[in-house]
Formats: sequence, structure tokens, C-alpha cells
Amino acid sequence: MSTVSTGTAPDAVAEHTPRQMGSPSKRPAGAFGPAQIMQALPGAFRKLDPRQMWRNPVMFLVEVGAALTTVLAIAEPFVGGPGTSGGTAVPLTFTWAIAVWLWLTVLFANLAESVAEGRGKAQADTLRQTRTSTIARRVTAYDEVTDAAASRASIVEVPSGDLRLGDVVVVTAGESIPGDGDIIHGIASVDESAITGESAPVVRESGGDRSAVTGGTRVLSDRIVVRITSKPGETFVDRMIALVEGASRQKTPNEIALNILLASLSIIFVIVTLTLNPIASYAAAPVSIPVLIALLVCLIPTTIGALLSAIGIAGIDRLVQRNVLAMSGRAVEAAGDVTTLLLDKTGTITYGNRRASEFVPMPGVEASELERAAALSSLADPTPEGSSIVELAAERGIRFDPSTGSENGVDGEVVPFTAQTRMSGLDLSDGSSIRKGAGSAVIAWVEASGRIASSAFDELEQRVEAISNSGGTPLVVAAKDAEGAARLLGVVHLKDVVKDGLTERFAELRAMGIRTVMITGDNPLTAKAIAAEAGVDDYLAEATPEDKMALIKREQAGGNLVAMTGDGTNDAPALAQADVGVAMNTGTSAAKEAGNMVDLDSDPTKLIEIVRIGKQLLITRGALTTFSIANDVAKYFAIIPAMFAGVFPGLAVLNVMQLHSPASAILSAIIFNAIVIVFLIPLALRGVRYRAGGASAILSRNLLVYGLGGIVAPFIGIKLIDLVVSLIPGF
Amino acid sequence: MAVLFAVLQAATLALILALVYRPLGDYMARLYTSDRDWRFERSLYRLIGVDPRSEQSWPAYLRGVLAFSVVGVLFVYVLQRAQAVLPYSLGLPAVPEGLSFNTAASFVANTNWQSYSPELTMGYTVQLAGLAVQNFVSAAVGIAVAVALVRGFARRGSGTIGNFWVDLFRGSFRLLLPLSVIGAIVLMIGGVVQNVNGFTEITTLAGNSQSLPGGPVASQEVIKLLGTNGGGFFNVNSAHPFENPTAWTSLFQNVLMLAIPFALPRTFGRMVGSNKQGYAILAVMATLYVVSLAALSALEAGGNGTAPELAGGALEGKEARFGIFGSTLFGTTSTLTSTGAVNSMHDSFTAIGGMMPMLNMMLGEVAPGGVGSGLYGMLVLAIIAVFIAGLLVGRTPEYLGKKIGPREIKLASLYILVTPTLVLVGTALSFAIPAIRADVESVSIWNPGIHGMSEVLYAFTSASNNNGSAFAGLTANTPWFNTALGVAMLLGRFIPIVLVLALAGSLAAQDRVPATAGTLPTHRPQFVGLLVGVTVIVTALTYFPVLTLGPLAEGLN
Repeated sequence: MSTVSTGTAPDAVAEHTPRQMGSPSKRPAGAFGPAQIMQALPGAFRKLDPRQMWRNPVMFLVEVGAALTTVLAIAEPFVGGPGTSGGTAVPLTFTWAIAVWLWLTVLFANLAESVAEGRGKAQADTLRQTRTSTIARRVTAYDEVTDAAASRASIVEVPSGDLRLGDVVVVTAGESIPGDGDIIHGIASVDESAITGESAPVVRESGGDRSAVTGGTRVLSDRIVVRITSKPGETFVDRMIALVEGASRQKTPNEIALNILLASLSIIFVIVTLTLNPIASYAAAPVSIPVLIALLVCLIPTTIGALLSAIGIAGIDRLVQRNVLAMSGRAVEAAGDVTTLLLDKTGTITYGNRRASEFVPMPGVEASELERAAALSSLADPTPEGSSIVELAAERGIRFDPSTGSENGVDGEVVPFTAQTRMSGLDLSDGSSIRKGAGSAVIAWVEASGRIASSAFDELEQRVEAISNSGGTPLVVAAKDAEGAARLLGVVHLKDVVKDGLTERFAELRAMGIRTVMITGDNPLTAKAIAAEAGVDDYLAEATPEDKMALIKREQAGGNLVAMTGDGTNDAPALAQADVGVAMNTGTSAAKEAGNMVDLDSDPTKLIEIVRIGKQLLITRGALTTFSIANDVAKYFAIIPAMFAGVFPGLAVLNVMQLHSPASAILSAIIFNAIVIVFLIPLALRGVRYRAGGASAILSRNLLVYGLGGIVAPFIGIKLIDLVVSLIPGF
Repeated sequence: MAVLFAVLQAATLALILALVYRPLGDYMARLYTSDRDWRFERSLYRLIGVDPRSEQSWPAYLRGVLAFSVVGVLFVYVLQRAQAVLPYSLGLPAVPEGLSFNTAASFVANTNWQSYSPELTMGYTVQLAGLAVQNFVSAAVGIAVAVALVRGFARRGSGTIGNFWVDLFRGSFRLLLPLSVIGAIVLMIGGVVQNVNGFTEITTLAGNSQSLPGGPVASQEVIKLLGTNGGGFFNVNSAHPFENPTAWTSLFQNVLMLAIPFALPRTFGRMVGSNKQGYAILAVMATLYVVSLAALSALEAGGNGTAPELAGGALEGKEARFGIFGSTLFGTTSTLTSTGAVNSMHDSFTAIGGMMPMLNMMLGEVAPGGVGSGLYGMLVLAIIAVFIAGLLVGRTPEYLGKKIGPREIKLASLYILVTPTLVLVGTALSFAIPAIRADVESVSIWNPGIHGMSEVLYAFTSASNNNGSAFAGLTANTPWFNTALGVAMLLGRFIPIVLVLALAGSLAAQDRVPATAGTLPTHRPQFVGLLVGVTVIVTALTYFPVLTLGPLAEGLN
């Protein structure tokens, strides 16, 4: 028979689940508006520095082209005007116009990056304030055996910046905690709003999984002794600042690979343009250098090149908005690749409390009698299980008049749950009593009266087993009358309640190719039942930290990428081993150190959100790459006929857009190329919308939107711009 | 009538290739995975000091390929330079230095570009001991490299990709040699000559005297096609009645060119454990082939001008015994594989029709491509396609369970850079350096203007892609073209091989990621379409400007 506890202490993990799924706490995200642009402009100009541009080969190429065109534009009046290109005359302002738009192209790219970075800046500034130096009260010779509270130890005051790893400090109400650390003595309520944005204070205490405190947060009550666990300059807040500002951003493997592909495409187009004039000089007429540069800039993948780093920064920022801190971009990307998701049952899949779901009376007992007795015995039971019994009974019509049925109204004495009796109940004033509790305990209580038929025990056994087998927890209810004659009334079926909407979420994950594994300390029977109800693919019952670790390693050996959440110190090795380890902010320093993400809301279900953001990041990159390359088709049809139609009038049939003149065609293509960057900045920041589904369906949709769209859009865009450009005199 | 005949030919070809696909593909898969050696192979291994059971890492495999090829170039070069003193040389003198280098590079690189008139330049010894041997082994090298790449996909966490010498010998002795014997017999039945008679003096009907060259043509012809080599025994190649007497031998020659390249996807599917993957690659190759063939046939049948309209199509430069479809079929096959044999003169195709053979080669010869090189070229393109598609579905891209990371993309990107660079830089240099330009304009180009540019572009496209066909109308036996094209052929062959083997090594070392619902399936029509698209777009974007200056300008004006 399973161990039953009726009146456990308030559930230890209840605090982990303050929010419902699907409503992630979102910080107000900086939108892309005029204010952001103004704020980002200085940064955009600063980034024109070639030493910075060099890191983005595609845009560096554009900058070199812009500089070269500018020099040509300046020199032109002295060497005899722009003359002709490929046999066509171009207007006097042509080179200047190209130069200006090339500079704008570079600026727009820088602007995208600046805006993306700017969104983190505000948050970084708030965080910086928490980092201001405070005075720490350091214990000089801490003795944890004889003076754990450090009440007798000598204390020196030092600036928080001078604290070293392993130092012990004392913090009392009203003070800021001088550095990251673990509480080694005491309990306190702490205001962590500076970091989490959550104004309600949280309780932190020594030992257990809620011992970690973060430097910069304030102690609101009591006195705690903290052992510092971070070096100065490497605190959690420091890392957060670096992260939200994008300063510590390193390129992820996929980003590197994409950069290589873009660079090699650029090299191909450099070769195409460099070799064009020698060939044209034989077969046709050479093309002027500004036109060649224009051709090159149109062909190289500037759209994705301009937005690539903004996409990366925005991806991390999207996590920050959801109160998740990724310690590296690599982790965000890995999240998109996750194939196995380990989810703790309690708090993630179920509400964490068992709830009464059914009353199973013994033969010959009226259901209402059982309901009444169970409810009565639970009135004084403050646990969620207890109140769920009262609620269920109320649904069945068992209500207690407030005047008589409330805790005080019932005339009797409450028998609280203890670990020894494993029962709780009520001794009524008329001498009768009710007990509910673990089967064995209640049976022992009944047998003490010695007047029960063995068949009744068999009947009870059947009911208890049926409930156990279904994964529930049976709670036996019995009563004694005033004479001491005991009677078994029935069994209350307590079960773990799976959170709403989870089954759909898991089905969605399955469609995305992600296997969910439920981790629980329950016995296999219970685990199996809950796994089936929640719709997870697999479960690990009676799991120890070692089992969890072994499972991760097994999955990884099969080539899977594993994500998990954890908070306890004993989770740390598994968090470190997992490809994506999300530590709860309420957890221990060890756990936060081991994971590669920290969830400030401590909401384990957010793992699903993180996976989506990871995928969205990759898709956004892929979509804009596809769009960028597809754009080239239309640009060719704009520029190539413009370049050579002077010599080969027949090529005019390639001018399918019927652009006004060669000069306006080339300028329109360049303008389109620049403006499309601005138009796509919001998409780069927001990310491409991700709908869960199989890979094939997603690919078809994205190819249609960004591939086909990328081919069609510039035909329309360039034509429209040409209509405007053709109004300029000379073009 | 012509249409019916065309459909009949195409259907026969498709049927034969379909029948050959499974047995030949499976045979090759067994051949390259078996651990049994033939007795004479064992003695050969002992002779060159190779342990056939020892596996090679990719650098070791590459060293084998390069060492073998360097020796091949030197041997063919020396043989030509010493022709005057060799037996069975038909009294022909030593081949000049530049031409010897060009020819040696050409045959070792599986290109078979011929700057010369074979029957007037090469005696039997050079043809048989030098060129014919390279026809076999250069083809075997190509298949070996492709198989090594396939092993990269098939293996998990392995440091090795096979043994080059074993792959080379098996490809030569167990695949190409037996098929050649069968093919040669069929060709002889069809009327292809096979003798060692030298030149025969005959008196023509008009009473003039003519010198007719004979020679071991059928045996050369079969491996010329089977190994997608393309170097003919005669100058006019498969247009010559002694090489390709009838319409049905011409069709059979198509079969010979396509059999191995089209069956290799089966070998690939077999070796990676999923025939579906093989079918997908086959579908990509077949789609490109059919579209290209249809386009060229339509362009040639609809050629405008007085003569074509009277003749019912552009017949200039085509043999009447093959007709338009027989010519476009052969031209398409020859340039979509790396064969480069011709049974009609591509230079005489309609202006835009003449662009098709060029485009075929510019695709990188992947549909189905040269023996081996077609498969590895297509797999590299598949890696690029998978990378973009993988990002689009929100996963780190993977192909056949292998992650496509920075290293793989670097190698694949460099691969697609090589030939466009060689083609464009080679063509540009021909016009950019004044001395060379003067020589090119005065000596090489017979048709000045844009058509002349097309001829130079075609030459560099053919050489860099190891095709070997010529646009005609270009005298390439000059110091510049012999040297530049020779270098283009060697670089166009061996840089990609280096990259492919590196890729094989990097893939073999990886573990396999299991496929899930989130994995992009690479065997469905969707992926086939994507890969076709990537192949076409990459090519079109690279070559569009230069094609507008050549065939497009010519055709649209």
C-alpha cells in the first residue's frame, strides 16, 4: 500500500508555480518606433568604424563600395563627368545618388543592430543601479559549529567590491545583500524586484533549495548569514548586464556557418563583378565602376548580412523579456534543437497538490455519509488536499452552515496530522470520532475497537488497490460512535491533477519532434497513470538524481539533445550535463551555476517557451537568408539590361519591369536594397512567427512566404521606386 | 513523325536506365563494401605494398588520390614527348610541350579536352597506354571519391573513409573493365571499327584518293563514354561514322554515358541504409536532365531563319543520321555528364540553344554528372540546400543524421566557389591581359564579337568542369589556352576532390542524430524541388551576367 500523508507541510514547491502556463510574464518590450531610432542613431554612426564593420564581411564590402563611390563622385568633375556605362549615358548626379544610398545601406544595417542592442540597455541601466557599492559586514573568523549565527564573531565593514569567494557576511533587515551567495544561517524575506521585476518579496532560508541570494537584492526582514559564492565583477548581475547589452555575445555555431555561406556567396559575386568588365570590353562596352559597385551590392546578401546580428541579439532579448537569462547564445540555439524534454512532474505537469476526485463508499454505507464524514474531518485541515475534500463534498451538496459547520462551529476537538499517527480527524463532543488517513493507520485505529468483520477489510483492500492502480492516492475514512464501535466508511480518491492545456502542449511538442519525459519520485504505477493522463511520451519513476543523470547521458548517447529544469543542488550535475539546463532563480547557487539559463520567474513550464524561441531564432535567420538570395533574381532583371541595353538593344526584353531608364533602374535597385533592410528590422527584432508543426509543413510555409515572396516582392518594390526616381530630372 | 521518333528514343533510353538502376547500383554498393579481394588484386596490392584491409583517414586517402594522379600526369606527358621513338606510333612525331601538358592534365582530370586532332597527333601507343588507361583510372578515381563521401554519411564516429587503392582497383577491374568489354562488343556489332590498320588509302567515287584512319576505336569509344571521359578517337568525336555509325549506336552511347552516374544514387541509398534517399537524389538529377533536354530540343527544333525553317529545325552542324533529337539528346547527355563527347557541333546550335550545353556544365555537372563527380557534386549541393532548409524549420541543419555545422558549410561553400572562379577568371584573363588578348583575338577566335566570347567562355566552362566538349570555332592549341585550360582542368578536378574528402572525413567522424518529426525529411518531393531550385538559382545568379554578354545577347538581338 502506498504511503499516504494527509496533512503534509505546505507544499515545498508551491512557490514555484505562481503563474499559469501560456501567460509568460512579459516585460514591456521596446517597440520599434521613432524614439528607438533616435536613440539608436548615434550608435549606428559609431559602428561605421571599419574596424567594427570588418566583423561583418557582407556589410564591410558595402562600406568599401560606398567609400569608393564617394571618392569617384568627388573626382568625377575633374576627370570629365560620369560619361557612359555599358554604352548608356548616365546623369551627372548618378554617382552621388549611388554613393548616398550605399552609405544609407550601411547605416540601416548599423541601425538594426543598434536598435536591437538598445532594447537591452534600459534594463541594463536598472541593473547597474543595484550594483552600486554597498558596505558589507564581513565576519572575520566564521565558526559554523559553535557560532553558526555569527552572533559573537567579530565583524569588519568592507566595501562590497572587496569581497572574495568564500567570505561570510551578515545581512540584516533593510540592507542590500553585498554579493551572490548562499544563506548558511537564518531565514529572511528578500525583495528581488531589481532582478525579477516581481514586487512581492520571497522567502530565502539556509539549507534546502531556496538558499541562494543575489547581490543587489534587499533583505526586508530578519537577519541572515551569507557565504559569498561569486568573484567580484563576475556576479549574477554583472553577467546579466553583459548579456542584455549584448556585450558578451559570441557567435553561435549556426551563425558562424551562415556567415561562412554568406561570405562565400559574396566572394562569388565579387568575382562575377570583377571579371565582368574584361569580358564586356571584348564583347560589348565596359561598365562604369559605380554601376559595377551597385551590381555587387545588389547581389551580395545584404539583407540578411545587415540583420544577422540584430536577429541574434533580439533572440536573447526575447528570452529576457520572458524573464529568462541565457548565459550564452549557444544555449538559445541548442534550445531550438532539443529533442528530449525532461519535465519534473510536480509543479510542471501537475499542480503539485493532490486533489480529491471521488468518494468510494464501503458496501452498506451511504455515499452522503462518507462525504459528510470526510468533509467534516477535513474542515480543520489546512492542506490543499484537505480543502479539496471539502470542495468536492460541497459540489456533492454537503454544505456546512457557517454557524455550525465552520472550524469553530463544529463542536469537537481537531486531531491534527502527525508523522507518527499518519491520520487526522475530529473528536466530536458527543464522544464519536472521525479519522482519515493512510490505510494502514486507519485500519489499525479501527482494529483497536476489535469489532470489524474481515470481509470489510477485503472490501476496503479492493477499493484501495483500485485507486492505487490508477495512480491515485487512497485516503481511508472511518468513524467510531460514542460507544467505541468503529466502522469503515470508505475511501477518498486523491489524485494529482494535471494542469489544463498540457496534453495539447505535449502533442504540439510531439509534432515538433520533441519527446517529453516526465521525471517523478512517485512509484511506477502512479507515474504511469499520470504520464498517460498528461500525454507525455515517457516517464522516469522513483527517480533519484543519479537516475536523472543516467537518463540524460543515455539520451545524449543516442544523439538526442536534452533540456531540463532544476533547482536543487543535487540537480546541478544533471543541469550541467543537459544541453539546455534551465535553473530556477529560487534554486541554489550551485544549480544556477550549472545551468546555462536561469528562469527568474522560476516557472518550469517555461522550458517549452524557450524551445520555441530557439527555433524562432533559427527560422528568422533562414527566412531572411532565403529572402535575401531570392531578391537577387529581380535585381538582376533590373540591372543587367540596364548595363548592356545600350550596346545590345535586344536585351531590353529582359527589362520585364519596364523601368524608366538604365540609370533609374540601377538606382531603384540600390534604393530597394537599402529600404528593405529598414522594412525588415521589425521582423528581425520580433522574429518570424513560429507555429508548431512538422518540419515539412513549416518548410513549405516558409519557402512560400520568404522564397516565393522574396522573388516577387522586389519586382513590385523596384518598379514602385522607379516610378518615383523617374521624376528626378536626368534619370 | 520526328516527334514520335524523339519520344521513342527518349522512352527507350529511360527504360534501359530504369532497368539498370537497381542491379548496377546494388552491384556497386556491394563492390565498394565487400571485404573480399580477387587473387590478382591481392598480388597487385602486394606489389605496391598496400594492405587492402587497412582503412585510411581522409588525408591518407587524399594523398593516395593525389600521388596516383601526379604519377598519371607525368606518365602521359612523358609518353607523348617520347612518341617519336615509341612503337606503333604511325610515324607521328613527338607531341609539343604545351599540348602534351594540356593533354596529360586533360585525361588525368577526366576531362578529355582535346586541343588537337587525335588521328593526326596521337599514335596507338599513346592512345592505348596513355590515354585509354587514364580513361579507366580517372573514372575509377571519381567513383572512389564519391564512395568515400558516401561512407562519410554512412559511418558513425569513424576516423576512416575507406582505402583508396582498393576503391581504385575495384572500380577499374570489377566495374569499368567488364562493362567496357560488353559495351565494346555491342558497339562493334553496331559497326564501330576495331583494328590496328593505321591509315588506309582509298579511291573515292569521284576518283580522288583519300587516307582513312583505322584503329582500336570501339575499345576506346566504350570507355570514353562509360567513364564520362569524352576524348574521341577522331577529331569530330561521336559525329564520326567510325565512332558512331547509326542512330541506335548513338542511343546506346547515351546509355553508356548515363548508366553509372544515374545508378550511383542507388549505391548511395544502399550504403547509407535508405534507398529512398537514393531515389530523391535520382529524382533531382532526372528532373534537371529532362528539363534541360526538353529546352534544348525545343530551341533547336524551333530555330528561326530561312534554312532551319525549310529543314524543319536547326540542322546546321548536326548529322542527318541522328536528326535534331538524336543530336540534342546526345548534347544534353554529354554536357550534363562530364563526358564532353559530341555527335553534333554545339557551336552551330541556335544562339540560345548553344547556351544550354554551357548551362548544363555550369550547373556543376550534377544531373547526373560525371562518374562519381556527379554524385559528390550533387551531395555538396544537397548540404547547402539542407542548411538553408534546416534553418527554415528551426533546427540545426542535418543531412542523413549528420549535423551541417561551420566546418561542413565551409567545405561545401569552397566547393561551389571553385568552378565559377576558374571559369570567370579564366575567361576574363583571356581578354584582360593585352598580349594574350591580341593572341586570342588574332589566332584563336574565328568568329569575332559576342560569339567569339561565347567560345572562350565555353572553353573555360568545359575545362573547369572537367567536361571536355568544345564549342568548336576556337583554336585552343595555343600556348595560352593549352596552359590556362590545363591549369583550369587540374584545379577544377582536384580542389573539389580535396574538399569532398575533407567533408567525408568530417562527416564520418560525427555520430548520427536520430530523425524525429522535427527533422527535415530529405526523401520527399519537397526536398527534391528545393534541391533543384538551389542548384538552378546558385548557377543562374553566378553566370547570368556573362551569359547575357554571350548567348543571350546573341539570341535576343
